[in-house]
Amino acid sequence: MLRIKRVPTIVSNYQKEEAEDGGARRGGGCGRNCLNKCCIPGSKLPLYAFKKVNKVVNGKDVLDCDNKEPPVAFLDSLLLGEWEDRMQRGLFRYDVTACETKVIPGEYGFIAQLNEGRHLKKRPTEFRVDTVLQPFDGTKFNFTKVGQEEVLFQFEASEDDEVQFFPNAPIDVENSPSVVAINVSPIEYGHVLLIPRVLECLPQRIDRESFLLALYMAAEAGSPYFRLGYNSLGAFATINHLHFQAYYLAVPFPIEKAFTGKTTNLNAGVKISEISKYPVRGLVFEGTGTLEDLANAVSDSCICLQNNNIPYNVLISDWGRRIFLLPQCYAEKQALGEVSAEILDTQVNPAVWEISGHMVLKRRKDYEEASDENAWRLLAEVSLSEERFQEVKAIIFEAISCLDENGSTTGSPGKDQDVKPQSLEEIDAHHGMLPGNQECLVLH
Amino acid sequence: MESQLRVIEQSFTIRYSTWVHEALDEMPDSFTITDPFISGHPIVYASRGFLEMSGYSRDEVIGKNGRVFQGPDTSRRSVMEIREAIREERNLQISIVNYRKDGTPFWMLFHLCPVFSKEDGRVMNFVGVQVPILKKPRRSGSEFARNAVSLCEDGSGFLETVFGSCRRELCSDSVVELSRILALESVLGVDDAELVDEPCKATDIEQRKATTAMNNILSVLTHYSELTGRLVCRKRCFSGMGPLGASLNISLGRIKQSFVLTDPHLPGMPIVYASDAFLKLTGYTRQEVLGQNCRFLSGPNTDCSVQYQIKESIRTEQGCTVCILNYRKDTSSFWNFLHISPVRNASGKIAYYVGVQIESSCTNEDKQKLRPDIRQLSVVGAIKVAVRSSSMGASTSKS
Repeated sequence: MLRIKRVPTIVSNYQKEEAEDGGARRGGGCGRNCLNKCCIPGSKLPLYAFKKVNKVVNGKDVLDCDNKEPPVAFLDSLLLGEWEDRMQRGLFRYDVTACETKVIPGEYGFIAQLNEGRHLKKRPTEFRVDTVLQPFDGTKFNFTKVGQEEVLFQFEASEDDEVQFFPNAPIDVENSPSVVAINVSPIEYGHVLLIPRVLECLPQRIDRESFLLALYMAAEAGSPYFRLGYNSLGAFATINHLHFQAYYLAVPFPIEKAFTGKTTNLNAGVKISEISKYPVRGLVFEGTGTLEDLANAVSDSCICLQNNNIPYNVLISDWGRRIFLLPQCYAEKQALGEVSAEILDTQVNPAVWEISGHMVLKRRKDYEEASDENAWRLLAEVSLSEERFQEVKAIIFEAISCLDENGSTTGSPGKDQDVKPQSLEEIDAHHGMLPGNQECLVLH
Repeated sequence: MESQLRVIEQSFTIRYSTWVHEALDEMPDSFTITDPFISGHPIVYASRGFLEMSGYSRDEVIGKNGRVFQGPDTSRRSVMEIREAIREERNLQISIVNYRKDGTPFWMLFHLCPVFSKEDGRVMNFVGVQVPILKKPRRSGSEFARNAVSLCEDGSGFLETVFGSCRRELCSDSVVELSRILALESVLGVDDAELVDEPCKATDIEQRKATTAMNNILSVLTHYSELTGRLVCRKRCFSGMGPLGASLNISLGRIKQSFVLTDPHLPGMPIVYASDAFLKLTGYTRQEVLGQNCRFLSGPNTDCSVQYQIKESIRTEQGCTVCILNYRKDTSSFWNFLHISPVRNASGKIAYYVGVQIESSCTNEDKQKLRPDIRQLSVVGAIKVAVRSSSMGASTSKS
């Protein structure tokens, strides 16, 4: 079992170390106005219902009728307004806009931020990093324990064909809503967590329905600078309760400037390319068909990686039209002692934002000395080798093209949905591959 | 819509005089001119050549943003590059797929150039030159229909006629080309899965054509700007600080509510940005408010203690929300539910203060039912993102 010591990031004001938690906050009847059965009945939150038309991923559809530069979208106004409200109420651990940030001069424009307050100043915890799929553990911190004041709104599909907004909607416990909550240690302005079906307590693993929800959010937001990200366990997810992250940053991410190499066309207008001329190897998915087809291609690939115990990160950018899938092996390397001390000292955990080129640095020294080269060197450690990446790519392609042949591109059979039963190649025992069928195997 | 067209016409002729249209109309090249200071960053001029190439009429193009000509095959990365060049106010030459009115796509070399005001160094306009590219076909048979069109284009400039005649027919050399490609593909054993996706590169001739056209257009604009006294030039001649850059302007232009930005580092803490909605609310023109301190909105019955409260908040670098009696240009008064907040830039220090006004007597006309205070705060949030992001880069104009 591989473990590393990590200084975790606090994302909620109610997050405590399980060891430190004397148990006073666990269980019911807490009086903290949380999201658990104790406090939910009678609670209300704003509800944003997005239009669930199977959007054709096309430039023109994003524009309003006047075909001008669109005004600030309603979802953005809601999110920004509620976020600023929480700022003024003092719910964040620090003012992220008071943190210096810069684009490092150079070809790629890596982004560095000096943020001394983000990482918890406590003794580090040990994290298990060799299993991507771990069962939900209700005793550990999860999002049902956050205070309702940290939740900004519910985010659901509309019944009708249009966007609807309910300023005060009750929380439907039977049909657990998906919610958007603040991240109290924000990386940037507007940093939120999208938590699909929060009351169902899903572990951190992607399924078709949840990924589609994330894609709808990206498409609904009015800006290419509002990106969503996902970290699997083993790729620096901090909490084993299904969630995506998102924030605004109105500059391009270095990974968005990377070129694409070999491209493969799937059915339904989905195109998968290799990222090239970038320190981390990965795939980028683009679609000219429906949002759902694009979502399914990506989520099926993620499910394949999950089932093969390969940690990965996902970046949803460009209004949901470009999705980057990045398998990584940094945590394993770290546990095996294969990462240089110099890089370890920066204490940068290369999760999705870091891999995309947005580095949050704790020490001024690192911030002043931040350079294209340093960033490149760090990220190169995170990447799979070319050989390994091609193996992983082959596994993914086999999984998703099998699906295409069987013609199943619609329908999401529920939370434990996986790809159709097919036997996987047993690649390499050293990498902890799972032989046999693709049902969700959970290791203890 | 109509009033926006008038604003567009006026802004263009004020800058370059009424005769500039004639001079630009004489040029055969395809180009468009946009104005980043008008909300929506619209096209304010489109050449004859552009209209011929795209199939649109002038009325269909003026007032629109350039992205209406993009479509499914337009590479997202190239869209991003253009967006970033605009944001960083620099030149760009890039190959990109655009779409004509009839929906057909075509490759073109897009050359973008900012035009700077000599007086204060701000970007006044962007000029975009479009040169269609002869595409070398490299795709499989299923893509043939589209390529047949480009195979027929001889790039001599008479695209419309050539395109029209070839749309449904095959030119004889194109048949030869296609069979050669298909033969190659079968030899390589490429099935429909693998494609090499490359942007279509422009030739030297096409690049030179773009540059020459751009030079001519910029000469015309420079010359005519001398007639009006609002001189422009193609390089940023003025390196001072001061007015907001084009990209910040574009971002702020997307916010439809009434607000102003003031600069606490300048004497008198003047207004450096005022939204259209603010001008509409107060009845002033932009010229009349820029450079003024907000106190001009106060009048005889304005409560001094509220003014003092505002001053104190600013002095202590805090935000505040007040209800203050303000006066329009026509001296009528209104209750201003005003929220003020400091706004920091990428250095982490305060760069501006934003004031968001809500006329509290007006009913919530918004169909969207966002609470007025949340709506107000969303303006603050959007501005905080815009100001922080726009000041992050080492974005000097790389002309």
